[in-house]
Amino acid sequence: MTHISATVDGTHRQGEVEPRLLLVHWLRENLGLVGTPIGCDTSNCGACTVLVNGKSVKSCNVLAVQIDGAEVTTIQGLASEDEWHPVQKAFKECHGLQCGFCTPGMIMASVDLLTENPNPTEEEIRDGLHGNLCRCTGYHNIVKAVSHAAAEMSGS
Amino acid sequence: MIPSAFDYVKATTVDEAVAALVAAGEDAKILGGGQSLLPVLRLRLNAPSTIVDISNVAEIRTITDEGSSLLIGAGVTTDEVANNALVKAHAPLLSMTAETVADRAIRHRGTFGGSCAHADPAGDLPTAAAALDCEFVIAGPGGRRTVSAADFFVDFFTTAVGPDEVLVAVRVPKTDGWGAHYEKFNRTAQAWAIVGVAALVKVDGGVITDARVALTNMGPKPIRATSVEAALKGQPATADAIKAAAASAADGTKPTSDVHADAEFRSHLARVLTGRAVATAAGV
Ligand SMILES: Cc1cc2nc3c(=O)[nH]c(=O)nc-3n(C[C@H](O)[C@H](O)[C@H](O)COP(=O)(O)OP(=O)(O)OC[C@H]3O[C@@H](n4cnc5c(N)ncnc54)[C@H](O)[C@@H]3O)c2cc1C
Ligand code: FES
Ligand code: FES
Repeated sequence: MTHISATVDGTHRQGEVEPRLLLVHWLRENLGLVGTPIGCDTSNCGACTVLVNGKSVKSCNVLAVQIDGAEVTTIQGLASEDEWHPVQKAFKECHGLQCGFCTPGMIMASVDLLTENPNPTEEEIRDGLHGNLCRCTGYHNIVKAVSHAAAEMSGS
Repeated sequence: MIPSAFDYVKATTVDEAVAALVAAGEDAKILGGGQSLLPVLRLRLNAPSTIVDISNVAEIRTITDEGSSLLIGAGVTTDEVANNALVKAHAPLLSMTAETVADRAIRHRGTFGGSCAHADPAGDLPTAAAALDCEFVIAGPGGRRTVSAADFFVDFFTTAVGPDEVLVAVRVPKTDGWGAHYEKFNRTAQAWAIVGVAALVKVDGGVITDARVALTNMGPKPIRATSVEAALKGQPATADAIKAAAASAADGTKPTSDVHADAEFRSHLARVLTGRAVATAAGV
């Protein structure tokens, strides 16, 4: 067992883990943060996307021991006490989801994209989110939601 | 799926990493960004007894300007390669190739060194490294050695890096004054290259004075299209001349046939994409 500690959604967390434990399993099973789903076995779908030190990663493709000392943000750490994050609100307002399975990862990947590019074009949004698969929406409303959130966040 | 159990060693220096590999025997694996190794472990295609994590080795995380070349640490992420100002200025072929790799999340973790050491025939960065005539700095129990790109890539998923060795850095000669382009063909946004072409072209007074062309997925390792390179030299930088030279792009290659494309289609793609890559690099 290996000792790890990390800040997860603003809270200091630590524990003994087997080196083979995936980050997504640490979040879901050890910390009970089941807002981050697992959608595939091949690191393709992006449903499990979280931020590590502010950058998106697929948490099924990272070992828990690799994030020792890091800051992790999951979908459950995005909203403030009484208000949703603008990207969360935009997904609701633009109907950017149907079954919702891809949504936590889609939102985290969108937050990551908007951090680097606060005003993306439609093409840049599609390119920026291509590591996240959605089987329901056909992506149009997801793209709309990200544009909407970008405008909201830049105050226009 | 869950990987088999393994011992985990977090190295803080290259020497520590080499020592850990030697101590663990042939069954140990280096962990770079984990973006190829983790899928392999999860699908249990491999079950090493020891994993040596080199992500905390400071030496391999830096990009150094050496004057006529850049020394890029093996642990520099694909995302950094795509966005670093030095790389963009002096080796734009590498940064634009890095931008086509996988998706943002994978690029945030995956490393330049890991991609080269993994040596997937469909990998993009190895092809850029071959076109750029990069040198690979490898550390082992007997010290360090430097290997040319031509000798580094050996076969499918096989490089000059031995089981007790670590790829430390890649030396990338600057290509100031060359035009560069990487042309990648795939069917869906996420897929690996069915075929890819990296081109470097030097144009002087409307004439192509030098050219380097390397192919992705046209054989077990990156292939230099030497006949195209020779045919381009001395030609006018025009669409017709480039198209004519690109006709030999598939000569001497050994593309596979798989669900994505058969060998004949890959050969066709190599010719077409070479024409596009060279034309774009030459500003035609
Ligand atoms: C969904 C998905 C899509 C992808 N798409 C693409 C794509 O389009 N194009 C592309 O080129 N790649 C693609 N990749 C692969 C990705 O670029 C990987 O990051 C890269 O192949 C491996 O880099 P890594 O640092 O993650 O290496 P790791 O996964 O850590 O290691 C890979 C192998 O290299 C060895 N290794 C790593 N670093 C060293 C070192 N310094 N010295 C010696 N050995 C070392 C490891 O032991 C292992 O055998 C994709 C991956 C995924 C999961
Ligand atoms: S569950 Fe992580 S990418 Fe699909
Ligand atoms: S809303 Fe169902 S997978 Fe995206």
